Amino acid sequence: MEIDFVIEKFILITALFAISLLIAMYSTYAERKVAAFLQDRLGPDRAGPFGILQPLADGVKMFMKEEIVPANANKWLFMVGPGLAMLCACIGTAVIPWGQDVQIAGKTVALQVTDINVGLLYIFGVISLGVYGVMIGGWASNNKYSLLSAIRAASQNISYEIAMGLSIIALLLVTNTLSLKEIVSQQHGFWADGWFTWNFFKQPLGFLIFMVCAFAETNRAPFDLPECEAELNGGYHMEYSSMKLGFYLFAEYINMFVSSTVMAALYFGGYNYPGMDYIAAHWGPTWAPLFGSFIFFMKIFAFIFFFMWVRWTIPRFRYDQLMGLGWKGLIPLAIANIVITGIVIAIVNNF
Amino acid sequence: MGTSVFYFVATLSVIFALMVVFAKNPIHSVLYLILTFFTFTVHYVLLNAQFLAVVNFIVYMGAIMVLFLFVLMLLNLNKENEPNKSALLKIIGIVAGGCLVVTLIGSLKSVAITSPLVLKNPSLGLVENLGKELFGPFMLPFELSSLLLLSAMVGAVLLTKKEEKANG
Repeated sequence: MEIDFVIEKFILITALFAISLLIAMYSTYAERKVAAFLQDRLGPDRAGPFGILQPLADGVKMFMKEEIVPANANKWLFMVGPGLAMLCACIGTAVIPWGQDVQIAGKTVALQVTDINVGLLYIFGVISLGVYGVMIGGWASNNKYSLLSAIRAASQNISYEIAMGLSIIALLLVTNTLSLKEIVSQQHGFWADGWFTWNFFKQPLGFLIFMVCAFAETNRAPFDLPECEAELNGGYHMEYSSMKLGFYLFAEYINMFVSSTVMAALYFGGYNYPGMDYIAAHWGPTWAPLFGSFIFFMKIFAFIFFFMWVRWTIPRFRYDQLMGLGWKGLIPLAIANIVITGIVIAIVNNF
Repeated sequence: MGTSVFYFVATLSVIFALMVVFAKNPIHSVLYLILTFFTFTVHYVLLNAQFLAVVNFIVYMGAIMVLFLFVLMLLNLNKENEPNKSALLKIIGIVAGGCLVVTLIGSLKSVAITSPLVLKNPSLGLVENLGKELFGPFMLPFELSSLLLLSAMVGAVLLTKKEEKANG
């Protein structure tokens, strides 16, 4: 293992970590601005021009607040909860291909930390692990509302994971690979062989199921039952204060960023865009891939905006509606999607 | 390097597995079990079985253990309502444990390997090769086990349904 390789990956990982945190920080600002826009208000506008320093002010406030650990809480697990939530949120970005290989000063640099051949399953595993942060935190708080919230989070996560996995199976029938790098590079350009290359146009129903499940897995509205303030007084992070609470809130935004990334990469072509071959021929091997990454981030931001748009538009589900949608709606749909996809692939390949 | 990593992770697995048994609090027990499964995932990666590793990660750590925790959190495990352990139960426990030890020692004696097994195809654990094996030579057992799981699932659903009254 050469030292160059280690340095290259180290820089990439640091940059990814910084970008995730920065995007999560400004997602909090964007969320409030979007909410304000949808509710015909101004939103935060005091800290800096247009309030763009608001996330910094919030961060300082979080750090400066008093750290309270409830007397009867399990101290060790109380600390592990937010840490685990943050960890699971941050490690998901490792297998995402952020762009094509870039040539910098005669060296080819891959914009992906690692391309494991089970990349998609890795992401799935990280997402399914994310619920432990909520469960452990909720249980360790020693508070019945927190406990109820932890239990809700667990059952919601398990239920929607099944539908999510089934929608991924239909996608895999189309792509024939689990490596995210290959899945994204298969969607090259926009149009090829008489059909769109992006997987969204091959798997529209699968995408819809995947997106609904992504909302549920990130505990975003209308699936934010675990932090339902009307019934649970705030849910699993009720006993938390200071930066531990900050970690939980932050982890939610990073999760949102990761889910948006995964959706953009799996279904909306990742760094691919119409006319990319033209750009690649004219801009050279350094700038064209970077422009592709820029496009990728634009798609991610569009998805993040969509997450917020939904949050301020659709009211929260009732718990039985949530379970009904998951088990009676999405799972049969996902199974039907697999069957239809299989039949269509068999017809296309044989006739 | 692989061997030293193996010994390190194996030590961790044994420690965590022992903690599962010795932890007083059932929730802690389950959390240690999750850590044990995590070390197993590392073992699979060391054995070049990436697919098995990630499936172990998703199914055992991500789903089954969540349900374990779920059930344990619902139960109210206090000191007072802990079931009594009578002398008979303790004796049975000792006998069962002794039987297990004898079996373990016996099996350890017979598995002493003199010539280590070398994997012919190092990328056997990758998804594509695994799929070809499962849907080729091992098609029948694979499908039979899936049928077994399906029938277990149907049975579980049936058990949760309340019996309808005879006089309707």
